[in-house]
Amino acid sequence: MKQLLVFIKKEFFHILRDPRSMLILLGMPVVQVILFGFAITNEIKNANIAILDNSKDEQTQKIINKIAGSTYFNIERSLVTNEQIDEAFKTGKIKLAIIFQPNFQNELTHTNSASVQLIADASDPNNATTLINYASSIILDYQNSLMGPNKLPYTINTEVKMLYNPELKGIYSSVPGVMALILMLISAMMTSIAIVKEKETGTMEILLVSPIKPWLIVISKAVPYFILSFINVTSILLLAVYVLGMPIEGSIILLFVMCVLYIFCSLALGLFISTSVSTQQAAMMVSLIGLMLPIMMLSGYMFPIANMPWILQMLSNVLPAKWYIIIVKQVMIKGLGFSGIWKETLVLLGMTALLILLSIKRFKIRLK
Amino acid sequence: MKAVNVENIVLSYENKKGKTIAVDDVSFEVEKGEVFGLIGPDGSGKTSLFRILTTLLIPDSGKANVCGFEIVKDYKKIRQITGYMPGRFSLYQDLSVEENLEFFATIFNSSIKENYGLVEDIYKQLVPFKKRRAGKLSGGMKQKLALCCALIHKPQILFLDEPTTGVDPVSRKEFWDMLARLKNEGITILVSTPYMDEAKLCDRIALIQNGKILNINTPEKINSEFGKKLFAVHSEDMYKLLSDLRAFTYTETCFGFGENHHLTLKDDSVGVEDIKIYLQNAGHKEPVVKIIEPGIEDSFMQLMKSN
Amino acid sequence: MNLQETVIKTEELTKRFGDFTAVNKISFEVKKGEIFGFLGANGAGKTTAMKMLIGISKPTSGKARVAGYDVYKETEKIKKNIGYMSQKFSLYEDLTVKENIVLYAGIYGLSSKLINEKCDELINRLGLKNEQNVLVGSLPLGWKQKLSFSIAIVHKPQIVFLDEPTGGVDPVTRRQFWDLIYEAAYNGITVFVTTHYMDEAEYCNRVSIMVDGVIEALDTPANLKKTFNASSMDEVFLKLARKAKRSDN
Repeated sequence: MKQLLVFIKKEFFHILRDPRSMLILLGMPVVQVILFGFAITNEIKNANIAILDNSKDEQTQKIINKIAGSTYFNIERSLVTNEQIDEAFKTGKIKLAIIFQPNFQNELTHTNSASVQLIADASDPNNATTLINYASSIILDYQNSLMGPNKLPYTINTEVKMLYNPELKGIYSSVPGVMALILMLISAMMTSIAIVKEKETGTMEILLVSPIKPWLIVISKAVPYFILSFINVTSILLLAVYVLGMPIEGSIILLFVMCVLYIFCSLALGLFISTSVSTQQAAMMVSLIGLMLPIMMLSGYMFPIANMPWILQMLSNVLPAKWYIIIVKQVMIKGLGFSGIWKETLVLLGMTALLILLSIKRFKIRLK
Repeated sequence: MKAVNVENIVLSYENKKGKTIAVDDVSFEVEKGEVFGLIGPDGSGKTSLFRILTTLLIPDSGKANVCGFEIVKDYKKIRQITGYMPGRFSLYQDLSVEENLEFFATIFNSSIKENYGLVEDIYKQLVPFKKRRAGKLSGGMKQKLALCCALIHKPQILFLDEPTTGVDPVSRKEFWDMLARLKNEGITILVSTPYMDEAKLCDRIALIQNGKILNINTPEKINSEFGKKLFAVHSEDMYKLLSDLRAFTYTETCFGFGENHHLTLKDDSVGVEDIKIYLQNAGHKEPVVKIIEPGIEDSFMQLMKSN
Repeated sequence: MNLQETVIKTEELTKRFGDFTAVNKISFEVKKGEIFGFLGANGAGKTTAMKMLIGISKPTSGKARVAGYDVYKETEKIKKNIGYMSQKFSLYEDLTVKENIVLYAGIYGLSSKLINEKCDELINRLGLKNEQNVLVGSLPLGWKQKLSFSIAIVHKPQIVFLDEPTGGVDPVTRRQFWDLIYEAAYNGITVFVTTHYMDEAEYCNRVSIMVDGVIEALDTPANLKKTFNASSMDEVFLKLARKAKRSDN
């Protein structure tokens, strides 16, 4: 026991005395969350649009007011003729044009159907889709408010409702993703680097030729990073809740327990990596390319998995991060209990056990 | 019981060059309490041999025992009683002197207090620096710290792999003085070194080259097996002397040895005067020629040649 | 060989790091074709002094000229006219013998025609004809060192600086290496060498010993032994270095 403690003490010395790694370990998560929470967002604000009102009646005016009142749009100009539309787009001044048909109000009241044309600058297709979606929802919303409780039999009601995230806030997706990424980097990458460093500097030789049991060496490497990861989870969640305004709908305890499981999984992964490489550089490369990149691309963090080709979807199942992100979203955003996440939890448990087993098998008690 | 018993150990490894034999059928014994030197240049197999004896590598074939324990089966027991200093300083650079020592004492289930007497002489020199980061010590100090850490748990046997390489002559001498004092504690010490002059500080030595042992004995006995007359020759122009001696018909070997060149001849009957005459004729004004006793380096070079 | 020509001259050369004086007003001269041994314990200031002479460290005060150029203002010219070899500086292990020679000859500014000439010359002289297309990483240490040295002087510099060039090598190879040094000196290249092997100090024409940033002794090995009443350079060194207060900084 004394051996374990003195080992852990040594590991903390290594970490605390290296100012650069301290910066990465504690500063990075904070930076990431702030970046993703505020600066980088898939949302659109104040997109420049143009309105061509061929009707100029009370209805169109109301719709236009509603649009003007939205933070998404900024009515940059009012067009008068169709020819102006082209020019407005070509000069790049607007990304969307909303065109009301002539006699809009008349058509609506007499035939119960009138049309609005939405033209978007699709040279940025994602943007265009988003803008169209925003505009459509606003118009549909207005349509619903018009109709009131009496629905005419042949009107098709499209009800658009954004569940859990009515304002479509980006952070709901980014916070779990950031957590998955940070924890993986700290627990897996830093742990593997710490273990490999002993190999590289030659101190591992001395440790091996001593009564100390090999598993003790490994555990003592993992403990500091476990603690640091835990601190990071706490700080990220605090930031998310109090600064970014994200709710925690489900049980906080369950959330923390799941985070701990994921940390264990990442530590086991770090162990596994350390048994497979012999230089710190290699450990870092494997972690960055083998872990960080796939997590960013394939875990569902930035891009929806459902949109990916089949083979990438299969690949994403191998990433612990993917399962963890699902768990966090279920608990944090949907407020589900264990019954909603038992499948994913099992997967993570299995991965952890497998990695630990493999690492134990591969840990070399001798050189070469 | 011998402290170390090695029988026909062979170790080879594969790399870009193909298959290299690191340890080539090596056998020897070390008595308890001996200071045993493994003398040879880089790449001669010293480090590989030490790693085998400290149970870090398994040989391809052969057997070995350390303090009665078998190196493969009983590796755990060997690791409890061994002190090991691998080549080049390898303690924790960002830990202080004190922290390093405390760490190594604890992982060996010991403490600085318990065995302080053993390391006191060495540690006294480090005390003024005890809070300094190990990485900031000079080469000589680092090696002394490493020695302390290897000793702090009072091992039965000490393996020091090139502890004085790259260290200046003064620190080197101090280090060997420390080893001599340790002998009194009954600790068996195996040291490897490329410095031939350190050989005479050992009880017995093994000369090793290309994985093979050239000779094992006390330094004196090895030198007595030289078997030839050895001449030390000096003149004003040493460079010219070298080429002239090499051109001498009777010369077998001629090597620079600092102030003198060491010369061996093919013919036993040729003597000091003959050499002097030859040199004077070659233009050397007052050549100095003496017969000297061979040193370890002379012996080593001769053994190298015959292999 | 013009023994009178001075190729290195320092006057009260000093290097300070904050309030620590690593090299303290050293003054000495080295003549062309000399084999000059530059000795001192670790921490005595040797390496710092050498860095100033080869133009990679700027002195704090004092003057020095190397190969005729000023160490403050003409470091690039110095670098062109000297060669450098150390234990740490080695050849590219994954290039062949020939490729290394061609690479460095090019770096030293030799013309293509000259490069080819020198390449063949070097390979023949070192007896590496069969190994010219072998990766340097596969060569034994002794051959690497000899090759390293030969490459360091491929451009026939005025001075070659050797930083502990013979570490760890077997005694025969070490002496073969010194044969190369002798030959270079004979051909007019000044050799400035630091070493921990005291017997190698004996091969030098003159030796300087630095202690605590100051040159405590500078003379031929024979004179030094007389002055310090010692039978070997080892003893001389021990007597001087023992005085050092600054064995660890």
